[in-house]
Amino acid sequence: MDKFILNYFNTIRISIAISIGVAISLFLILIISKDPGASIGYLFLSPFLSRIRLESLISVAAPIIFCGIAIAIPFQAKIFNVGAEGALFIGAVAGVVFAIVTKMPPLIHIPLTLLVAGLAGGIWGLIPGFLKAKWNTSELVVSLMMNYVAYFLGLYIINYYFRDKAAGALVSLRISSSAWISTLPFFSRTSWSIVIALTFALLVYFLLYHTTLGYEIRTTGFNLHFAKFGGINVFKIIILAQIIGGFIAGVGGMTEIMAIHRRFNWQVSPGFGWDGVMVAIIGRNHPILIIFASLFLAYLRIGGHHLNLMSDVPYEMVSVIQSVIILLITAEAFLVQWKERITVKEAERKEIPHGTTS
Amino acid sequence: MVAILEAKNIVKVYPNGVVANKGVSISVEENTIHALVGENGSGKTTLMKVIFGIEKPQDGEVFFQGRKVQVKNPHDAIALGIGMVHQHFMLAPDLTVAENLVLGQEPLKNKFVLDTKKAQEITQEISEKYKLPVPPNKKIKDLPLGIKQRVEILKVLLRNAKLLILDEPTSVLTPQETEVLFQTLRELKKYGKTIIFISHKLKEIKEISDKVTVMRDGRIIDTRDANELSEHDISFLMVGRDISYERVSASEAIGEPLLKVNNISFTNEENSPVLKNISFEIKAGEIVGLAGIEGNGQNELVEILTGLRKADKGELFLKQENINNLSPRKLREKKICYIPADRMKNGVAEKTTLEENFIVDRYCQPPFSRGFRLNWKYIEKYSKELIRKFQILAHSSKATVDSLSGGNIQKVVVARELSADPKIIVADQPTRGIDVGSEELVHNLLIDARDKGSAVFLISANLDEIIKLSSKIMVIYQGEIVARFDKIDGIRDVDLGHYMLGLKRGEV
Ligand SMILES: Nc1ncnc2c1ncn2[C@@H]1O[C@H](COP(=O)(O)OP(=O)(O)OP(=O)(O)O)[C@@H](O)[C@H]1O
Ligand SMILES: [Mg+2]
Repeated sequence: MDKFILNYFNTIRISIAISIGVAISLFLILIISKDPGASIGYLFLSPFLSRIRLESLISVAAPIIFCGIAIAIPFQAKIFNVGAEGALFIGAVAGVVFAIVTKMPPLIHIPLTLLVAGLAGGIWGLIPGFLKAKWNTSELVVSLMMNYVAYFLGLYIINYYFRDKAAGALVSLRISSSAWISTLPFFSRTSWSIVIALTFALLVYFLLYHTTLGYEIRTTGFNLHFAKFGGINVFKIIILAQIIGGFIAGVGGMTEIMAIHRRFNWQVSPGFGWDGVMVAIIGRNHPILIIFASLFLAYLRIGGHHLNLMSDVPYEMVSVIQSVIILLITAEAFLVQWKERITVKEAERKEIPHGTTS
Repeated sequence: MVAILEAKNIVKVYPNGVVANKGVSISVEENTIHALVGENGSGKTTLMKVIFGIEKPQDGEVFFQGRKVQVKNPHDAIALGIGMVHQHFMLAPDLTVAENLVLGQEPLKNKFVLDTKKAQEITQEISEKYKLPVPPNKKIKDLPLGIKQRVEILKVLLRNAKLLILDEPTSVLTPQETEVLFQTLRELKKYGKTIIFISHKLKEIKEISDKVTVMRDGRIIDTRDANELSEHDISFLMVGRDISYERVSASEAIGEPLLKVNNISFTNEENSPVLKNISFEIKAGEIVGLAGIEGNGQNELVEILTGLRKADKGELFLKQENINNLSPRKLREKKICYIPADRMKNGVAEKTTLEENFIVDRYCQPPFSRGFRLNWKYIEKYSKELIRKFQILAHSSKATVDSLSGGNIQKVVVARELSADPKIIVADQPTRGIDVGSEELVHNLLIDARDKGSAVFLISANLDEIIKLSSKIMVIYQGEIVARFDKIDGIRDVDLGHYMLGLKRGEV
């Protein structure tokens, strides 16, 4: 039994954290709601109860996965670049512009559009990276500011040059249909974007743990002096990690547009970049864990959305639940002691016969 | 005699399952200097961490001044009157020396703000009292190891502990500094203090201690009066075999000059000249030793040689080739390897595995990687081989470095660097913190490399080591080479000492 617990320790720890979060939310619902039974059902069960909702869950997860892995790469290099939101936004703007003005066969148009979006996002990652490597400015501050720059610059470009004057709202022209991402066969809502997101997650996993570049990124993160000493060009790595992160966020933003909106209609920044920060933390910057964290976050979102529609519990509830769970998982020390106790018991049994002294 | 400290049947198992203390009992008499010795990884640091409240034991009890005590954290320990100088320092790198010293008992202005001036005064005062000079306003992260060590010691002295635990305090000190420290310790003993002293240097143990306790593999082997034991006995108790201290024979085949250093000068950020016109050469098959007190420019010189720093003036040559301003990567490609003095800062990434630490200079060459893809299978096999060959005590090649004992971490660094098939070896304190048995191993490896035609530049605070290994010796003082010895026979450490302290200058 102890052995089993040790092997699945991380999974168990996260499950316990989640359970506590759930328990707290149950408690809150019991207090707030007049019909707690139904409310609990909306929040926790409804995402599974209809095929449409299950499919929306997957669609919602896709951009979060993109942003999670986009953030994880600089985070692994201990670069606190939180610019995924800006990279995603500007990537989408660039991609939309490209997809409005060009027309090609879908098989070329789709990857090319994503590439344009990625490059724009990459540039957004490059700037804080370069400033950090060159003058040691805080990438946190610069990337935050870049988020605003992306927002205003993006809206300016869209509203002044590509606005659809026929539409009632401030939205761009439609992108060429050759750049649309379609739904998956046999699905009504889930599009190929989740497949693209998962592919990127696997690629990033491979990048980080099985390539020389990934080794350089992680080593730089663990000990900058050591990386330099070993001959790693940390200047290059710090910049590169942020470019790759920005690239992926940009692709993620454009995928969302191509699959769902098919024109630029974000008048407020969509917030996926911040979800990305969250799932990167929960998933400990590991791409595979980030996939699960994103699905989980999407599940909470869908349930929360449904709860809000159907009951008297406010949407803010969901934020509370999310925060509780994230707090619990992030507190590294949480339950670690428990693991130690078991390891120690195992080791004592093996190594120290009873009653020995020196 | 009364025991000030008694630990009974201490059992400590680390989270990874390593049993570092397997039922250890030790009794330390009041007002003595008690040495704790043992091979790397035998559990000395662990035992001290238990007593100081850093590690929680699974079993056992601790008595202090006759009373049973529960030391849950260092705070409790300090309150009881126990102080500890750690093997890997625990100073705040971004604070100044003065701030670090007063940390936890800061003199305050207006009840809230740190009184910086007062802190500096306190620092000056204590540093003069114990003759351990430190720069009060420098940040810890900008200091060389030897100075950090002094800060650690002063910090404990300032807290007026009754029992001082010193975990390898001399491993980063020169003999002169050690002598000063020993005077301080004797002085402290006169004031009635008790000292637990960990060291791998037998001469020191013999010189300073009253009692010696020997540990091996998590257990205590023996405790004896120091004057009953010879250095020989101690090393025999520790490693179970004899060790040679003879000067090694000079290499026969001395070849062409491999490394040439021409007129290197360097001025630091504060505009003081740190290196002044340093010139020397090292031939293939030669070990050139650089003696000097830490902080006389050795760090900067080594960093310039290894590409981590640029000289203001002067040139470096590998054979005929100018290697000025090459990056660390380029220098490593030219087979220049480097054992850094500060292993935790430069030598390892402590939160990663041994495997990842072994490949930092070679991950982009086959067979460690092909194209961009790392070959983890091979890396694992290779790492296991290094662990075996260098006798590193680790429970797996996937263990993280921070789960190793100090000496074993040093061996990780040495193993990586010496296995790189180097032409030039820059070895800065290569045996720092390593036990006598492993020291012999490292020395033999350096000699092997020399005999295979490498050029070795040996920087060491340990004069015995320099005299034992070097074919030529230089002494550095305030950034200048103040003496050169091309013949080593008959040189004694005191001779070198005069030059190191700047009391004498040779023909250079
Ligand atoms: N934090 C840790 N986690 C896991 N294992 C550890 C940890 N610290 C030490 N160990 C293990 O415990 C054993 C004893 O280590 P310890 O540091 O006490 O040795 P030591 O006698 O101080 O050696 P050295 O002379 O090299 O400093 C070693 O096998 C080491 O690998
Ligand atoms: Mg130790």
